Order: sequence, then structure tokens, then C-alpha cells
Amino acid sequence: MTLQTQQLSCARAGTVLFDMLDLMVRPGEALKVSGPNGAGKSSLLRILCGLTEPTSGHVRWQGRAIHRQPDLLHRAVFYFGHHSALKDDLTAIENLRMATLLSGRPCSSEQARQALTALGLGEFKHTMVGHLSQGQRRRVSLARLALTPQPRLLILDEPFNALDQPALAQLTSLLRQHLFEGAVLVYTTHQDMPLDGLLHHEVCLARTCPATVTNALASPAWVVRPMGIAA
Amino acid sequence: MITILIALVKRDLKLAARRPVEVLTTLFFFAMVGALFPLAVGADKELLRRMAPAILWVGALLSAMLSMNRLFVADFMDGTLEQLLLSPCPPSLLIAAKVLSHWLVAGLPLVLLAPIISIQFGLAPEALPRITLSLVLGTWAFSLLGAIGAALTLGLRGGGLLIAALVLPLYLPALIFGAAAANAANAFDATPHLQLLASLVAACLALSPWATSAALKLSLD
Amino acid sequence: MDLTAPQTKPASLHRDRTDHPAHARGWRAYAAPSRAYALAGKLARLFQLSALLFGVLGLYVGLVLAPTDHQQGEAYRIIFIHVPAAWLSMVIYVVMAGWAIIGWVLNTRLSSMMARALAPTGALYTALALWTGALWGRPTWGAWWVWDARLTSELILLFLYIGFMALQAATDDPRRGDKAGAMLALVGVINVPIIYFSVTWWNTLHQGASISFKAAPTMATPMLLGLLLCTLGLWSHAAATALTRLRRIVLEREAGAQWLQQLPEVRT
Repeated sequence: MTLQTQQLSCARAGTVLFDMLDLMVRPGEALKVSGPNGAGKSSLLRILCGLTEPTSGHVRWQGRAIHRQPDLLHRAVFYFGHHSALKDDLTAIENLRMATLLSGRPCSSEQARQALTALGLGEFKHTMVGHLSQGQRRRVSLARLALTPQPRLLILDEPFNALDQPALAQLTSLLRQHLFEGAVLVYTTHQDMPLDGLLHHEVCLARTCPATVTNALASPAWVVRPMGIAA
Repeated sequence: MITILIALVKRDLKLAARRPVEVLTTLFFFAMVGALFPLAVGADKELLRRMAPAILWVGALLSAMLSMNRLFVADFMDGTLEQLLLSPCPPSLLIAAKVLSHWLVAGLPLVLLAPIISIQFGLAPEALPRITLSLVLGTWAFSLLGAIGAALTLGLRGGGLLIAALVLPLYLPALIFGAAAANAANAFDATPHLQLLASLVAACLALSPWATSAALKLSLD
Repeated sequence: MDLTAPQTKPASLHRDRTDHPAHARGWRAYAAPSRAYALAGKLARLFQLSALLFGVLGLYVGLVLAPTDHQQGEAYRIIFIHVPAAWLSMVIYVVMAGWAIIGWVLNTRLSSMMARALAPTGALYTALALWTGALWGRPTWGAWWVWDARLTSELILLFLYIGFMALQAATDDPRRGDKAGAMLALVGVINVPIIYFSVTWWNTLHQGASISFKAAPTMATPMLLGLLLCTLGLWSHAAATALTRLRRIVLEREAGAQWLQQLPEVRT
């Protein structure tokens, strides 16, 4: 259940976003991808779940290259991107059940209801998603994290955006729970959201980075070093 | 796997039911083509009766071309298309399911409306089965081939017109065989054309989902 | 582990295997845009000369030496342009599709650029074939256009070219345009025999249009010679035009590369 990249490189529109990136994230570990806007964080996340082809290099999940065995990755992955991936004309509960069904892990109505409640959306379960606010929509999308069986690989692009304090706390506790049970987490955020108590790596996609952080542009053949969390 | 595909078709049908204007647009366009020709040609009953199968077929082709744009665009805009590609179900099957639901929403209504327009044009009732069968097969071919165009042009400017430029040459064999079948004097004469059309549809069914999924992966890159 | 000093990166990270001509053997060295640019320039000049030579010779043979046809009079001479143009339009489509697919499967930029360079030439020849077909039809059959199988297929081929060019023009990302064009060309190439078959089928259904543009079964030797020379001339012209266009495309696409900055035409 390890996520690994080998010499991963990506170039978009003539600019090199990252080059020769070697990462290894084991079960129970989290990887934070940081960098300014446009640095390529979203591209890296999309490459990790196989939606985008890297310019060169491989991504391996459970030791197998994902372009050779995509279904191994697809059975385990939960990707949260810029769009909420919800249909406006379906209710929250219909969306949730459809999303879990499509990912191969269907849930019952009752489980979906509980998941929505866990993120504070219990009263909106029969509301059309088109009528919900941006933050509420993101929470519906993230409600999948509250469903069992859990996905093993969580790839979240700015999951903490547009969430209020209670929702942030709920999401953080959900993520902690997943990590405790052996999931792999890769995420990006602009906010300082320490997920403490766990092995936490960071990779930075920018020309200049704090010296304590792995710089993905600095040199070939990087292995991410595990770092403790500053309190 | 099958449950996923059935759920996907049901979802698309539910969405189309909640927003019926798109369905009705295609149907309206087809009906208009059928209504405008007599106005433009004149009241010559014999001429209209002879032209009717061709008018039905060209109307079906144009409606299909216009409706192809909506196959993937909505899912692309709200991010559900990406989630579909991340599903453990093979993408070709998911695409086949989406094309099926698109046909049920945009192709089947035309097939159901065609007999009514045929009667309006004075076609004999014996001609209806072969005309309907040719349209069923034809609209299947249009949906399958149009999916490739829709996938290639996803996210590009030019939208519907660009799809039309790409898929029009691909539609022509189906048009030729199907219109020939519809124009045939009797069921016996129609059979070879229908057989050719059916083998064309079978080839599309085998190859188009694969080509469409390759094009989608490229468009979502 | 040293975390400091970022190294400078090359402008283009697209690592297809052709970026290092020194490492490639024989003809594969020319898959690198820098080498191909130079070769294309030399070949283009060569083909321009041969186009002129064969063209002049072919037209001389066709217009002056070949005898008057006893059925069609002087008007038949248009076949010296029409037949090679039609044949070339089909060959160029297949070659263009071939390059595009190679560029997609092997992930080589230059192959895709070659396909892009060929497309407008192919479209031009298709249009030429259609126009000369009409010019032939008018004095011979009394109509500017007849819906025979060959002309109709040529018209559809024109749509295929236009679709290919329109798709690539509408795509901002050049690699996506390359690959999308390759897919479209693949689908097109598979469809071309089907289209031709269906149009012939359609044509035979409607007995009235049994006019054919096939040349007479037995042709006098000067006619054959003229046809051959004109074919070579038009083919050379097509090659020269496509290679010149390829050079322009390479200049546009590889704009940041070092070898390109040092070319005399870029430095001025």
C-alpha cells in the first residue's frame, strides 16, 4: 500500500514544473505538497492518480506502475480536485451514493446519511446540490471520507479551502482516523494545517523553499525525508 | 460492474428528466425539419412522399450532430467525468453506458416521432417498419461515432461546429446505407442495405468506445 | 543531501528519444528537429527543381505532344492535372495519417509536425482535383458537377482534411493537437475505404449517374508519358511545399531551443 514515484518529471507550456522527483509515502504517512500558485501542485496530484501523463518517470502503487495496472490504483484512490464532482440536479444523498457506487464501494442510504451528518450536513441530505453553497458542496464531496470501507489512497487538492472552523475540525479528525488505519494521504493546502502525531513529509515545488523542506527543483534523485511536525 | 453501468445510465436518465429542455430541443429540431420541407417544396404530394425517407434521415443526422455536444460537456464542467475515469470499471464500458443513455434521450425520441412524420408525408404503413429499423440502427451509429468527435473536442472552442466538421464524413456511410434502406420499395430490397448498416453499427460498437476513451484521456490531460 | 543551489533547467523537458542527435544512428539522427530542419531545406530545394523540370516536361508532352482524343477533343487534356491531383490527394492523406500515428505512438514531435505540414498540401490537391473535375465535366458532359463515386469521394476527402486542420487549429496545446489529430486521422483512414465503398454503392443504385471519370482503357503512349511526368511534377511540388512548411513549423514549435537561436535566419 505504498505510493512511490520514480524520476517523475512534468513540463507544461514550456516550463519545467518538477524534475526527477522520487517520492515514497508509506501507509499511515502524509505528504504535503506546497508551493505558490501555478507551481504545479495540482499537476503533481493529477499525475499521482493517473489523470495526467507525466512528461517522464513512473508512479507506482503497491509496487506496480499505474499506467500498467490502473485498476489497482482505481480501486483504492479517492481524488478530490478543484471541482466538487457533484451533479447540481441530484440531491446530496443521491450524489454521495452515486459517487461511492462508481468507485466500486457502494453504500446504503443509511450510511450516506451518517456520512453527511458527520460533516454537519445532515439536514441537507435531500437538497439539490445546486442550491448549496460552495463550502457545503465541498463538504458533500468530502463526506465520502466518512464512509466505510475506507479508500486507501487519499489525494486531496486544497481540501481545507472554503471550510468553516467546525468543518475543518471534522475533516481533520476524519483524515487522522484514515491515517491511523493505514491510508496514504497526499494533499496541498495554503493553510497551516498540521496533522500531528504522524509521519509527515513535505515536498515544495518552488524555486526557493525553506531549507527544512525537500525542494523538488533543486537537484535530481530526491527521496523525501520524513520530518517531525513542529508544534 | 454491471451494477455500475446500470446506475450510470439511470443517473443520466434522471438528470435528463430533471432538465427536459435539452431533450425537447432535439425533438423540436427534428419535427421542424419535417415541417419545413413541405412548406418549402410545395404541396406536391407525390414529390413529398418520395422525399420523405431522405428528409427523415437528414433530419435525424442533423439532430444527432447538434446533440453530440452535450454528451460529455456537463460531466466535464462539474468534474464528474474525471471521477468516472478513476472508477475501477473499464472506461470503454462506462463510455458505452453514457452513449446508451445519450441515445435514449436524443436518438430514441426521433425514432418514435419518425412514424408520425412519415404518415404526414403520406408514406404507406408497410414502409414504416423498415424506415424505423433503419433509423434505430442509424441513430446508434450516429451516437457512437459522434462520441469520438465529442471526446476529441472536449474543452475546445468551436464546440458544436467543430464536432460537426469532424464527424460529418464518418456519418456519411451510415446515411447512405440507411437512406437506401428507407427508400427501398419493399422489405426484400431493403434487406441488403440494412445488413450493411447493421455491420457498420457492430463495428462502431466494437471500436468506438475504445477510441472515445483514448480521446477522453487526451482531453483531460 | 544538498538542498540548496537549483540547477538551470532546459527550456523544454519533453524528452522524446530524438533530442540527442549525436546518440542516434543513421537515419534516426534526422528525427531530431535540428537535423531535420537542415535536411528539409536541402530536400525542398531539390524537389522544387524537379517539380519545375517534370512539370514543364509533363505539360509539354500532355499539351503539345499527346494526340487529340477522338471522343473528347482537346478538353480531355485536363486529366493531366486532374488524375495526378486526385491520386496525390489520397496518397497524401494516408501518408499524413501515417506520420500523425507514428508521432502519437512513438511520441516523437517531428513526425506530428510532418503530418501538420502535409495537411494543407493535401487539402489543396483535393480542391484542385475537384475543380479540374468540374472543368472536365462541363465540356464533356455538359454539367459543372456530377455526383459520381470518385468526385463525391473526393469531396468527402476534402471534409476529412478540413476536419483535421480545424481540430489542430482549435487546440492551443500543440502536443494535444498532435495526438488528437492522430486519433482523428486514424479514424479517418479506417473510414476512407468504407466511405469509398458506400459512395460507389450509392452511385450504382442510381443508374442515371453512370458517368465515370476513368480515363480511356487504352491510352496512347504519349498520353501515358505525359500523365507520368505530370504525376512526378505534382508529387515533387507537394514534397517541396510540405518540407518548406515543415521548416516553418519547426521554427515556431522549437522557438526556445539553442540550435535554433544560432541559425542565421533567426539571428537577423
